[in-house]
Amino acid sequence: MIPEIGHFSLILALFVALALGTLGVIGGQQGRADWMALARPGAQALWFLATLSFVCLTYAFFTNDFSVSYVAQHSNSKLPDIYRIAGVWGGHEGSLLLWLVMLCSWMMAISLFSRQLPDVMVSRVLAVMSLVAVGFLLFMLITSNPFLRLSEIPPDGRDLNPLLQDPGLVFHPPMLYMGYVGMAVPFAFSIAALLNGRLDAAWARWTRPWATAAWICLTIGIAMGSWWAYYELGWGGWWFWDPVENASFLPWLVGTALMHSLAVTEKRGLFRSWTIMLSIIGFSLSLLGTFLVRSGVLTSVHAFATDPKRGVFILLFLSAVVGGSLTLFAMRSGKVRAGGAFTVVSRETFLLINNVLLTTAAAAVLLGTLYPLIVDALNLGKLSVGPPYFNSVFAPIMLPVLFFMVVGSYARWKNDSVAELSKKLRPVAIVSVLLGCAAPLLAGAWSWLVALSLTLVFWIVLSSLQQIYRQLKDSPNWKAIPISYWGMQVAHIGIAVCVVGITMVKGYETEKDVRMAIGDTVEVAGYTFKLTGISEVPGPNYNADRGIVELIKNGKVLRTLQPEKRTYFSSTMPMTETAIDSNLVRDVYVALGERLTDGTSPAWAMRVYHKPFVTWIWGGCLLMALGGAMAALDRRYRRKAMASKAVSQGVPA
Amino acid sequence: MKYWLALLLTLQCAFSSFAGEAIPLAEDPVVEQRMIAISEELRCLVCQNESLAGSRADLAMDLRRELRTLVKANKSDAEIMEYMVSRYGDFVRYRPPVKPLTWMLWFGPFLLLIGALFFLVRMVRRQQTGSAAPVLDADQRKKAQSLLKDTELPS
Amino acid sequence: MNRKALIPLGIFAVLVVFLAIGLTRDPHEIPSPFIGKPAPAFTAPKLQTPEQTFSGKDMLGKVWILNTWASWCVACRQEHPILMEFAKTKTIPVIGLDYKDQNTEGLKWLARYGDPYDLSITDQDGRIGIDFGVYGVPESFLIDKMGIIRYKQIGPVTEEALRDKILPMVRELQK
Repeated sequence: MIPEIGHFSLILALFVALALGTLGVIGGQQGRADWMALARPGAQALWFLATLSFVCLTYAFFTNDFSVSYVAQHSNSKLPDIYRIAGVWGGHEGSLLLWLVMLCSWMMAISLFSRQLPDVMVSRVLAVMSLVAVGFLLFMLITSNPFLRLSEIPPDGRDLNPLLQDPGLVFHPPMLYMGYVGMAVPFAFSIAALLNGRLDAAWARWTRPWATAAWICLTIGIAMGSWWAYYELGWGGWWFWDPVENASFLPWLVGTALMHSLAVTEKRGLFRSWTIMLSIIGFSLSLLGTFLVRSGVLTSVHAFATDPKRGVFILLFLSAVVGGSLTLFAMRSGKVRAGGAFTVVSRETFLLINNVLLTTAAAAVLLGTLYPLIVDALNLGKLSVGPPYFNSVFAPIMLPVLFFMVVGSYARWKNDSVAELSKKLRPVAIVSVLLGCAAPLLAGAWSWLVALSLTLVFWIVLSSLQQIYRQLKDSPNWKAIPISYWGMQVAHIGIAVCVVGITMVKGYETEKDVRMAIGDTVEVAGYTFKLTGISEVPGPNYNADRGIVELIKNGKVLRTLQPEKRTYFSSTMPMTETAIDSNLVRDVYVALGERLTDGTSPAWAMRVYHKPFVTWIWGGCLLMALGGAMAALDRRYRRKAMASKAVSQGVPA
Repeated sequence: MKYWLALLLTLQCAFSSFAGEAIPLAEDPVVEQRMIAISEELRCLVCQNESLAGSRADLAMDLRRELRTLVKANKSDAEIMEYMVSRYGDFVRYRPPVKPLTWMLWFGPFLLLIGALFFLVRMVRRQQTGSAAPVLDADQRKKAQSLLKDTELPS
Repeated sequence: MNRKALIPLGIFAVLVVFLAIGLTRDPHEIPSPFIGKPAPAFTAPKLQTPEQTFSGKDMLGKVWILNTWASWCVACRQEHPILMEFAKTKTIPVIGLDYKDQNTEGLKWLARYGDPYDLSITDQDGRIGIDFGVYGVPESFLIDKMGIIRYKQIGPVTEEALRDKILPMVRELQK
């Protein structure tokens, strides 16, 4: 019964979304207030239906209803409770439903937090998002229905992929989808502006917090995914340039450019076409990512079970959405051209340079991801493009971004001079170079790349501190400084922190791959690891070998690590559960390998890693997200509401 | 993913079967290091997007074993790469080779960057000269003033 | 309409074409570099009589198929009935390569499901497989009278592959 309710909810949602979409767009074009008024309640109804459907699927999972095909494929009666819930989005159909719920949640948020926006705008924005929802609902109902029943009910399910049975599954996909799908919001705002034929600083002010919010979710989602891969896969890697990872990184790069472009549009009314293009490209990349992951055109560890029929549908949908928006852009771009000017040396220029760099970086990643496909499609053979390519191409494009970031934050709007800028920047530049070159020597080994990266890190951090100091000297009342200013500094420092992590790990990590019998020790980077025992530990749906490893430094046992090697009943591939000791400046990482059958005494393969500053990678991402949140919550985005209220109440005589 | 294998080997205590320094899994660290360097440039064929160095798949372990043999036989890096490519094709290279087919891949981003920056500079310069306030010379100023006098607004 | 504003649309259209073509391709299939080249030389013990060996040279002058299989290979069971039928027609010899398997397990598997092979050889450490560029099981190679590999079937031999690709080639090569 419950799955049928879920199914029916989706069908109802389809009709609501269709109505909302068409009436909203036509109502906006014709100025029909009654149709436009449907937008907010319509969005809320849509959210209710989507969530109801999701709850029904979750119920089916939780109660082990194996008559539902999707549940039978991805769950198991011995699966722990939490993974029965998180497993809802462990496969293709369920993750689509999650996509839909996220889209409706953003629409719900807009319907609730948009009092300061004109109704026409809200109606159009929600209408565009509804039409996107129509696409996903059709996709689900036609090709990927999570509620299909099996005619023969299996006694038990196939179980959730053991790699997914981890807390990471509970948090990473929802957060990532929130960001991915959130790119639809600035997209909808841009389409609304194109339909409106008007694009001004007010539009930018309305759009900006939403773009930032989506970017925050995407930042956290990607960081979580990276961290999860790090501790789950057992190889100490945290980024693999896998096509699906790239699919989430591309909207992030474009989203970063979009946020900064919106800043210029808001402050100076410039870069309007650029801002619209970036919003369209950002969401297009989200949809493209959805296509790549589910159509089978690329090989990836993340790819869902593929079906060319699904690929065709998504491609048609992608063509319609992106093709339609780009056509609309071509038709209306003349109307949204900017006025105003700025000189070659000005904040606008540096923001523009960085946007160009970010977009080029995104283009490079996209090129690398799609190149094998293009070569194969042209019948020119099979090629593989992996981390060696991406690492070689991405870093040189991104390092200048770090440089110009700081120059841009010092430069004045509209007009500045090279002489003045250099005067302001020189002290920070000199100190950064000195510290940046000293750091690798202190860390143990010289490396040009480390020196360059750390110089840029100091460049960012010291300049931020100097700016904050100057700002507080000018206006000591720090409460009067808008929170978005603090947000910018925090976010930029966050990037620096992230770069520290990446640089130090890549430059100075060490690893040993050894054979250990009980009582053996191995030393890495001043730490000693001693294997003191191995026991067999049964779990709810697996059997594990658990090692007891003492972590020793300077003769003192710091703690005991317990790496495991699990064999799940449902799968033949053994899974590693790593044991990690983290502190602020390093991770020490132990992974248990196979039992070695050679030799007289029993022994195991062990991998032991020392990773300096690796947690700074994700810490930096969290700081970036925090900075973004501070920027998005700035009072000026909420001020209009209060101003309009005062106007409607009338000024007392 | 780069590993740095330590070259330190300590002798195992001959008389106690426990409390020894764990020996590296690899028999010969020098050979191992070279093998890993080469296998980092090769793709694991049965895994998705992993290098041969890191993969735990059966085929990957077999291939690493073959590579070890070749390294011990003092084959050059190029010869070992040729061994793999002749059996599995160009696909097995993790880093796409730089040949006409991949020029677009390797040089595309930088060409795009240069092109974009060029357009950027041109656009910024053009809109600067276009909107700069025009400077009048003496004659033009007099003419402007007389025109303004003629069209004075009613007070 | 501004011409330059149509450029993004144009680029996107090209991209869609490539993606559409991509849908018809299988990214997992790696074509063999051996097509048209001599099959690698090998000598291996026979499965049923390990003290005897068999070499690729023994098949010169004949058109034949080398099929990799293993007792642990699930997909092999898919192609097995087709191979059994094909073996009954006695068109050309089919030699099995028992890849990375235990002899006892391999023999048990053949006894249980049937033996379509003229003979099987064993490749316990996988070295012959590597020499042939094998990266998965099952894979089959069609080799001509001069010992040149003419066709590689990646994955199980299907009815269509047999009918549309392999048999016509066999007829050609036997002339």
